[in-house]
Amino acid sequence: MNALVNFGKIFKFNGGVHPPENKAQSTQRPIGQLTLPERLVLPLRQHVGNIPKVAVSVGDHVLKGQLLAEAEGMVSAAIHAPTSGTITAIADAVIPHPSGLPDHCITLAPDGQDTWIAHLPIDWRNTDRKALVASLRLSGIVGLGGATFPTQVKLRADGKSVVHTLVINAAECEPYITCDDMLMRERATDIVQGIAIAQHLLGATKVLIGIEDNKPEAIRAMQQAVTGTSMEVVVVPTLYPSGDARRLVHLLLGQEIPYNKRSTEVGIQVFNVATVLALHRYFNHGEPAISRIVSMTGNVAHPQNFEVLFGTPLAHLIHAAGGVKANTTHFIMGGPMMGFNLPDTNIPITKAANCIIAATPDLFAPPPPAMPCIRCVRCADACPVSLQPQELYWFAKSDNFEKARDYKLFDCIECGACSYVCPSDIPLVQYYRYAKSEIIAADKAKEAADLARERNEARIARIEREKLERAQKHAERAQGAKTEPKQETATPASTSAGADDAKKAAIAAAIERAKQQKLQNAQATDTDTSEQTKPAADDAKKAAIAAAIERAKAQKAAAQQAGETPKNVDSVSTKVQQKIAEIDARRQTVGPAPEPVAKVQGPPPVADDAKQAAIAAAIARAKAQKAAAEAAKSESPMKSDVDNQLKSQPKKD
Amino acid sequence: MLIALYIMLGLAFALGVLLGYSALKFKVEGDPLIARIDAILPQTQCGQCGYPGCKPYATAIAKGEADINQCPPGGDAGVHALADLLGVEYKPLNAEHGEPKPKSVAFIDESTCIGCTLCIQACPVDAILGAAKHMHTIISSECTGCELCLAPCPVDCISMEPIAETPDNWKWKYPTIPIKSIALES
Repeated sequence: MNALVNFGKIFKFNGGVHPPENKAQSTQRPIGQLTLPERLVLPLRQHVGNIPKVAVSVGDHVLKGQLLAEAEGMVSAAIHAPTSGTITAIADAVIPHPSGLPDHCITLAPDGQDTWIAHLPIDWRNTDRKALVASLRLSGIVGLGGATFPTQVKLRADGKSVVHTLVINAAECEPYITCDDMLMRERATDIVQGIAIAQHLLGATKVLIGIEDNKPEAIRAMQQAVTGTSMEVVVVPTLYPSGDARRLVHLLLGQEIPYNKRSTEVGIQVFNVATVLALHRYFNHGEPAISRIVSMTGNVAHPQNFEVLFGTPLAHLIHAAGGVKANTTHFIMGGPMMGFNLPDTNIPITKAANCIIAATPDLFAPPPPAMPCIRCVRCADACPVSLQPQELYWFAKSDNFEKARDYKLFDCIECGACSYVCPSDIPLVQYYRYAKSEIIAADKAKEAADLARERNEARIARIEREKLERAQKHAERAQGAKTEPKQETATPASTSAGADDAKKAAIAAAIERAKQQKLQNAQATDTDTSEQTKPAADDAKKAAIAAAIERAKAQKAAAQQAGETPKNVDSVSTKVQQKIAEIDARRQTVGPAPEPVAKVQGPPPVADDAKQAAIAAAIARAKAQKAAAEAAKSESPMKSDVDNQLKSQPKKD
Repeated sequence: MLIALYIMLGLAFALGVLLGYSALKFKVEGDPLIARIDAILPQTQCGQCGYPGCKPYATAIAKGEADINQCPPGGDAGVHALADLLGVEYKPLNAEHGEPKPKSVAFIDESTCIGCTLCIQACPVDAILGAAKHMHTIISSECTGCELCLAPCPVDCISMEPIAETPDNWKWKYPTIPIKSIALES
């Protein structure tokens, strides 16, 4: 065996631990096949990313390999029927998740026929790469090493990075787990065919298969299978967690992938050995992802690896392994370092389930109570990511999440090496998981708050805008209806009323108009007004658009009669009012000359709202007209005002 | 002596120009304090503080008109954050403005809804979808749980549903040592 081991090219990473391997128990027997269980429960959440969209309904009869749920969005994976049968339920059921909470699941009652859909192998060597990657969306293949990241996303070319090296992760560093080991021993040729597909899809020139030296049979089988290809089997020393993708890349290539980059950005892609086998089954045999190898080990009668259909209840698997022995307290999914306790034996086997361990107090003694941290920094020595676990622990413990984030909490891979070496038995990883959860929740809440703020601001702006539009419309309508100059004083009053409340506007305007009319009839100034407007009216007849002139006329008349600021400023915001005051002041100093009018009309005074600006300009114009008429009583500025107003008409729309 | 004076004058002039330019170039629009207070507030827009939204409350706090403990949705953590930001003493939430509740979203019983649009007008974040005489529904991802739609509903078809824990929003708990009850030896 030592002849196989060649550590010359290995680049050690920081830290790592040597927990007892406990792998021999489950490698004594070949990979077993299971009988069909009575029902299969397929959680929709079996992978990282979006929940897939269910494509069947209750009562449907489906064939083995038929699509049950299709990938939704960019990062998602499809789910297929593991055997033929009838869909009996699409409802919540307990899923293998540390929370133990129920989630959406499709339940399938097998008909026992195990009838396949038509196999459609793909001639991948002669098909466009893009089409191949696109077809992978229908395969349901995810990373089977435990991360369950949809494979089609990893194979998709992002256009920026060129992958030159493909690393096949067969390290399987965690104790107890032997599914990849057995897979390599028994199906090395198929694996190599799968690697060839992945290599073709990525366009990688170099392929390295990293296997830990505690799997001599697997190493031998793989070395035999790769003879004649450009692939290379690299044996790495047994050290937990060398199966972490970034650690393995470091081990094999001596390259540290920057913390904020993906491995593809430095030209490396990593696939688990079981994942490439799934690629082979999909492309060469037309079989989607419907099963995986699971190590059933620990306190069971016959620890063994099984090929398990997704959705198989854990109880069925335990039964196949000869049942549990006495003292079994609970079951762990994943390894002893990173796994979690399962809520019960009804949970289904999912794409992430690489190993199930029946635990006893002897095998997994309950942790002794945590003692205070003595700052021995053994955790920092063991940390494969070169973090400062003791600092992260302090920050997480005191809810100092911002500091924890600064100390790169999110680069922690939760491997548990720190907890393993801690002499005070502090459950460090639990603290990190807690802190990560809290930070993620806080970030989500912040995102939601930002969205709410944005929507609230948009709503306020909309209400303001609608108010102004209504006020403007009312003003236009009221002015447009007037033919007699004596009625024109009603305009500003009705405008302000309309701006106050949309619903009451119409009634209020009518009442106001009636009142004003009565008042004016009684007033003696009537004749003066009409006389003063006469020359202006004569001049206006020469203008092109009658309506605009009438408006100008009305404004002028109104201003003269009231002898003060038009009332429709009530409806505009304080900002606009300030602007108007400014313009007013400027006009006072300049006098009746027409230039200031043009000045105001040039750039819109309020940049943030075009409509507000237009209204402000209109008000300014009205004031200019008033000032001009009062001061000089000459017709020339009046005329230019009308012209300017005509020019600026489109601005209002 | 004179050279030193010139140097100092020159420096003063140069720095003055620089400062004047920076004052124009890097002018901060609006009151940054209001924005910072507003960033801490939960943006529920519920008005429980007595102001018509989070921004007006933030403005009131910045002006010193409102106290920092009037926001129940922000909870104790919110008061702490405001106290830290403003450099004032922490004080417990003022019960007059309501008690903190678990985060909820509104739910419209669609069979009862008469399509009056009153709730749509009340919603501060436009999270209700519907039209006159047509069924309305809540866009739950955008609902802040402010409860402002409950009162205007003439048929009381809106209820508040607490957000359920799912594997998606489930959080790892703070590590604790479980307390076991051990029978005393007699």
